[in-house]
This record gives sequence, C-alpha cells and structure tokens, in this order.
Amino acid sequence: MAGEGTVSEMSKVVVVTSGKGGVGKTTSSASLGAALAQEGHKVVVIDFDVGLRNLDLVMGAERRVVFDLVNVVQGDAKLPQALIRDKRVETLYLLPASQTRDKDALTEEGVGRVIDDLRESFDWIVCDSPAGIEKGATLAMRFADLAVVVTNPEVSSVRDSDRIIGMLDSKTRRAEDGERLEKQLLLTRYDPARAARGEMMKVEDVLEILAIPLLGIIAESPDVLTASNVGCPVTLHNPASAAARAYRDAARRLLGETIAVEAPQARRGLMSRLFGRKAAA
Amino acid sequence: MPAQLYPGLSTAASAQAADPGAAMATLRVRGRSIMALVIAPEPPFGDWFAALDEQLRRTAGFFADRPVVVDLAAVLENAGRDAVPVALEGIEERGLRVIGAEGVGPNLLAGTRWARLATSLHGRDVAQAPRADPPAGAAAAPPPAPSLLVDRPVRSGQSVVFEDGDIIVVGAVASGAEVIAGGSVHVYGPLRGRALAGLKTGAEARIFCRRLEAELVGVDQFYRTAEHWGPGLHGRAVQVRCDRGALQLSALD
Repeated sequence: MAGEGTVSEMSKVVVVTSGKGGVGKTTSSASLGAALAQEGHKVVVIDFDVGLRNLDLVMGAERRVVFDLVNVVQGDAKLPQALIRDKRVETLYLLPASQTRDKDALTEEGVGRVIDDLRESFDWIVCDSPAGIEKGATLAMRFADLAVVVTNPEVSSVRDSDRIIGMLDSKTRRAEDGERLEKQLLLTRYDPARAARGEMMKVEDVLEILAIPLLGIIAESPDVLTASNVGCPVTLHNPASAAARAYRDAARRLLGETIAVEAPQARRGLMSRLFGRKAAA
Repeated sequence: MPAQLYPGLSTAASAQAADPGAAMATLRVRGRSIMALVIAPEPPFGDWFAALDEQLRRTAGFFADRPVVVDLAAVLENAGRDAVPVALEGIEERGLRVIGAEGVGPNLLAGTRWARLATSLHGRDVAQAPRADPPAGAAAAPPPAPSLLVDRPVRSGQSVVFEDGDIIVVGAVASGAEVIAGGSVHVYGPLRGRALAGLKTGAEARIFCRRLEAELVGVDQFYRTAEHWGPGLHGRAVQVRCDRGALQLSALD
C-alpha cells in the first residue's frame, strides 16, 4: 500500500469480478473507481465486457466514446485517444469497451501492453470484468495485483465466486509466478431485513464458505439503482447515502486504512464480530 | 507376485581387489565388502518379469545403486543355454546393475556381450526378508506410501486428482469441486463437493471429513449422494468406508 499522504509509486491493478452476472460488478467498479479518485488518486476504470459494454452508461460517458479498448489493443488508436476523462472528478478516467466486437478481439499481449502503459500514469487501474469464466473474464483478471470479488448473499452467487477465486489463484500472471494475489470480498445487494428473517445467506456464512477477507458490505438500495440510471457513480451522485459511504469505506480499505466493516443496520455485536475477520486465502 | 519374486534372493559380498602389478609408484589398494542382491529368474519369463516389474513399481528404490548377481541355474536347467542371454537382457533393460552371474560357467557366456560378468564371485548368503526390511541401512527402504497435501481450499470447479495415494485437504472442498484419490481422502474442513476414494486401493480406501455437507461421496465403485444419508449426518465429522459391498457412513464424534 502507498504511504500516507504520498502518491503511490507503484500502480495497482485491481480486477472487479464475480463469475455470476448481475451481482453489481460494473456498479462497484464505477463506485470504487470514483471513490478512489475522490481520495485524490489517479484512477482509470477499464470495461472488459466487449460486446456488452455498460460501464460508459453507469459513468455517464456513453456519448463521449470514440475509440475503445479493442481499438487500442489492436493498435488502431493510441491510448490517450481512447481514455475518457470524467467531467466531475478530474483524476478519474474511463477506458470503454467496444459494443460492436466480441471478446475474441482481445489478445493477452495486447491487453498486457495496454495495462503496462496505464501503469506509467495511473495509481489505480480498475478492471471491470464481464460475467462468466471465458476469455473476457480471464483477460480482465490476467494482470491483476489484487481482486475484488463481488458477491450477493445467495448460494448461486457464492458458488460462482468460489469458482472465480479458484481461477484467480491459478490463471492470473501473479499466481503463475508463484506470487500471492490478494482477494477481498465485496458483498453487494445485501438486504438486512431479509437477512434478519433468514431469507438470505448470513454474512458469516458467505465469509465461511469463501474464506477471503471482507472489503465491505453494500446494502441493496434505490440510491445505487438511481445513480446507475442517471450515469453517475453513487459516491458522486449521493455522497451522503449509506451505499456511497460503504463504497467510500471500501475504497479507503483498499488504500490500506483500517476501518471496521459495518453491517447495514447492524445489531449490536455484529460489527465487532465482522471487524478484523480475516480468513486464510 | 512378490512372494515368488525372490526365490533365490540372498546377498553376496564381493570384494574388490586389484593386482598390484609392478608399477613404479606405490599403488594403494583397499578392500571393501559390499552387499549385492542375488536374483534367480525362472521360466516362463513372461510371468517372472511381470512380477519383477510389479516389484520395481512398488518399491522403486529397492534395487537402486545396488549391484545385482543373477543366479542362472534355474534358467539353464529349465530353458536351456539360449535362454540365458534373454534373461540377462531383460534384467538389464529394467535398469538393474548386473555385476555377476551364478550357476553358469564362464565358457557359456564367452563370445556374448555378457562375457565380462564375473562368474566366480564369492560371498556368503545372508538371510533376509526381501520386502519387509531394508537389506542394509536405509538405502533401499521402500518409499512411503505417497500422499498429496493440499494446503488451501479446493474451490468450486477445481478438480484435485491424485491416483498414487491419499489426498489430504487442509481447508474446505467447495460445492462443485471434486477430490479424487487413489487411496483415501482426508478433509480437514467442510466437505461440500464430491470426494471419490479408492481409485487404486479399492475398498480399502476411506473418506474422512470434519464436516459432511457433501454432494457425493464414493469409495471403490460405490457412491452415495446427499439425499441417501439424510440430515442426521449433515454437518458432522464423518467417516465413509466400504463394508461388505456397501458404503457405510458413520459419525466420528
């Protein structure tokens, strides 16, 4: 982690991934990216979902896309031509995906080159992975230094996340080099009321199965949906909301700060039980 | 089978000596006695070599770096002199270091590539069990039964296959993961996926887990899915074994 108050010398590549679709990868990529940028870091968020791009919409940049990741990977455009600077936070950039191509248009060498170039000028490179375990997802995680595993408290999502964690441990460059790839869990769409009624998996159960440290819990909230629909990450659109605070805390934990994880509408004692819970990865 | 493998197995000590000759410089000669293994091939060779191969596979280190003396008396008596080179070649092909022959005269080997073999080694037989104990020191101790230690959780979609022996998992085996072992499976954590044991050892193998939440367990050719063992064992420390042709699950706590 970067030292306090200094610009990090080493850039970090973080993949936001889940296996399952619709759990909140893109929303979380945009929100974490924006939150990191709001903390003063230079951030680029890359959309790896070639053919089904969404990140441009969620970040409100859909009318500004000229060149995209595929153009850069294939050498048809230079990186600065494809990068879109956010209009609200000046240290936040977007590298959009192509909507008209498919994942086969990406190559490992090309993606590696783009990420190496981005490492020169950005502190954080956030890779928004597509759903699934195929080429798009494997390329998004390939060069990652750490992973944010987005999971809903549901058995299908948890199992898919477990599958993705296995791939993070075997298919990434770091894993192949025998290095440790840090993996952290971001629990999204958490509904405290349903969890209290036992209709949803408990946080403890998810952590017990996935056995990775908890980065944060984002409650299911209309604020998140509204923010996506208006094309503005929730940390910018409604900074006072619970979701914005949860994303901001998660971003600060990524930056190395120690902040207790608050379970949404936590009963007394849950907080202390969750805090500091670090399972073996 | 191994029981018939070493009908003539014994050991012989061979001493190395060199002719001092009439060299100008002083030649230092030391005596050393070493242990050699004596094997006696028996026709039909097909069976005998199959047994040898089996032995080599089971205890790969047994013949390693150990001089071998071949007792050819039985070969000569039962299969004639033409069978002698066949036996020697078969033994050498398997990587055994043949230094001498017994039961044949030097004239029988003369003119073949085996002529260099010593045919008049002296030594005394030492009684010993070929497999149970190392013949001398630890050099030829049979290797321990291999096992595979998996020191992290087995994730959904991962498949750990180890045909040579046991698998030990320290951590969970996730739903949608599978662990397949030639021997037994030991899971120090929740078993939520599949575990199959006994690929090689058959019904001898067992499955142990700290917490049974498995989708399927199997030993040898028998298997059971979760619905067959009911809720009574769910979440408990369980042993799975084969008992008289059926799979038995029992709680360990």
